[in-house]
Amino acid sequence: MIEINNISKSFGDKGVIFDISGVFDKGKTNLIIGASGTGKSVLLKCIVGLIHPDIGSVLYDGRDFTDADKVIKAEIRREIGMLFQGGALFDSKNVEQNVMFPLNILTKMHPGEKLDRVNFCLKRVGLENVNTKMPSEISGGMKKRVGIARAIVNNPNYLFCDEPNSGLDPQTSILIDELIQEITLESDITTIVVTHDMNSVMGIGEKIIFLYKGSKLWEGSKEDITQSGVKEFDDFVFANKVMSSLRKP
Amino acid sequence: MKEFGRYVMFIGSLFVRRESFKTYYKLVMEESVQIGVKSILLIVLVSAFMGAVTTVQTAFNLVSPFVPKFVISQVVREMIILELAPTIMAIIYAGKVGSSMAGGLGTMRITEQIDALEVMGINSASYLVLPKIIASLLMYPLLVIVAGFCGILGGYLVGSLGNMITPYDYIYGIRSSFNEFTITFALIKSFVFAFMISSISSFKGYYTKGGALEVGISSTAAVTSSVIAVLIGDYFLAELLLK
Repeated sequence: MIEINNISKSFGDKGVIFDISGVFDKGKTNLIIGASGTGKSVLLKCIVGLIHPDIGSVLYDGRDFTDADKVIKAEIRREIGMLFQGGALFDSKNVEQNVMFPLNILTKMHPGEKLDRVNFCLKRVGLENVNTKMPSEISGGMKKRVGIARAIVNNPNYLFCDEPNSGLDPQTSILIDELIQEITLESDITTIVVTHDMNSVMGIGEKIIFLYKGSKLWEGSKEDITQSGVKEFDDFVFANKVMSSLRKP
Repeated sequence: MKEFGRYVMFIGSLFVRRESFKTYYKLVMEESVQIGVKSILLIVLVSAFMGAVTTVQTAFNLVSPFVPKFVISQVVREMIILELAPTIMAIIYAGKVGSSMAGGLGTMRITEQIDALEVMGINSASYLVLPKIIASLLMYPLLVIVAGFCGILGGYLVGSLGNMITPYDYIYGIRSSFNEFTITFALIKSFVFAFMISSISSFKGYYTKGGALEVGISSTAAVTSSVIAVLIGDYFLAELLLK
């Protein structure tokens, strides 16, 4: 479980997120949603420690991460896996080396064990026989899947996904969403997904936090979406015709 | 001054939360091949031609019958060891290796590869930059030695083949009144310049913000700042060590 308390962040004079609190449950796919520029990615970066919030704290299973010393931070970070928007695969390494990288740095496993684990993770995300391919030789969807394999290779307790569907076709998006949800359930980990894709929201949104202009306006699950009672949230959710048709009169 | 402060803090950050020696050893070897071995051809070409041109121009200017011919190779030797090999090569090294370092790190920054390292609990600055600086400190002095040798050899070939100086006079000039400290001075300069170029270029690349355009700007800034730093450093080292 991850708990965030009163997180605020500004860059210079410009406030980006304001006083956001919430709890992200273990074994669930937790979503942070909102329109572009509402501070979703900044909030995610505050949670994983890539940005230090001006105010507020982040607790990983009760352990304070924001103001922890370097040793505790490093310990918690070893329990984190993250899928970046563009995959963030290392250009100079092939698929196998990319997935093996966290094992090389963070563990003392034998080479054979590492290779087994890498092959297991690649198989888990539906990729086989691509070990020697370079990131430039694979498609966007494959890059995302390699990114997921790299994120889960070290058996993380916390999985973060920053817009996992951006730039993907609808079918591949659904595959990626399902994969994230399956991994969350089978490994019983805390997963946070940042997205503005309503297909993802309706597909895997077990717990949803809606951000609007840097503030949290609504919290619930995909079942509660049609009865939020928040105008800004309704405007976001029902912006497209398909979603609009689901709206109750 | 603010930028200089950030640079000092950046250098300091390279030495905290380091990875294992084995990790750095492998990375330093990879970087050495990338920035050292792959630069040899360019260094050999440039230095050989510089030595050749220096010989031709010195011979052209020494027209007095009272000045012995071996002075040509003495001038070539001093110019190459003191200035052309360590300093002019540093400018070429900044253009080739410095821009590549800044461009590589800048691309890693904008494609979130540096963030990926940080999320894994790795000190990205130390992991990515320290091996580049160490590899530079190892390889650049070697490149300067190669440049010095090729420069003098280039001068020898052009001088003797062009009948400007006999091979005997050239070798005699190279060996006569030789001050060994010039070699020490050139090597001190090469270490200082290697550190300056690799650290400044890495600093510029590491803090790239934006997109592809900004990566290009970082690469240009890396070369410009490195070259200015090298020239200023060159003057101060000459003042400090040659007076």
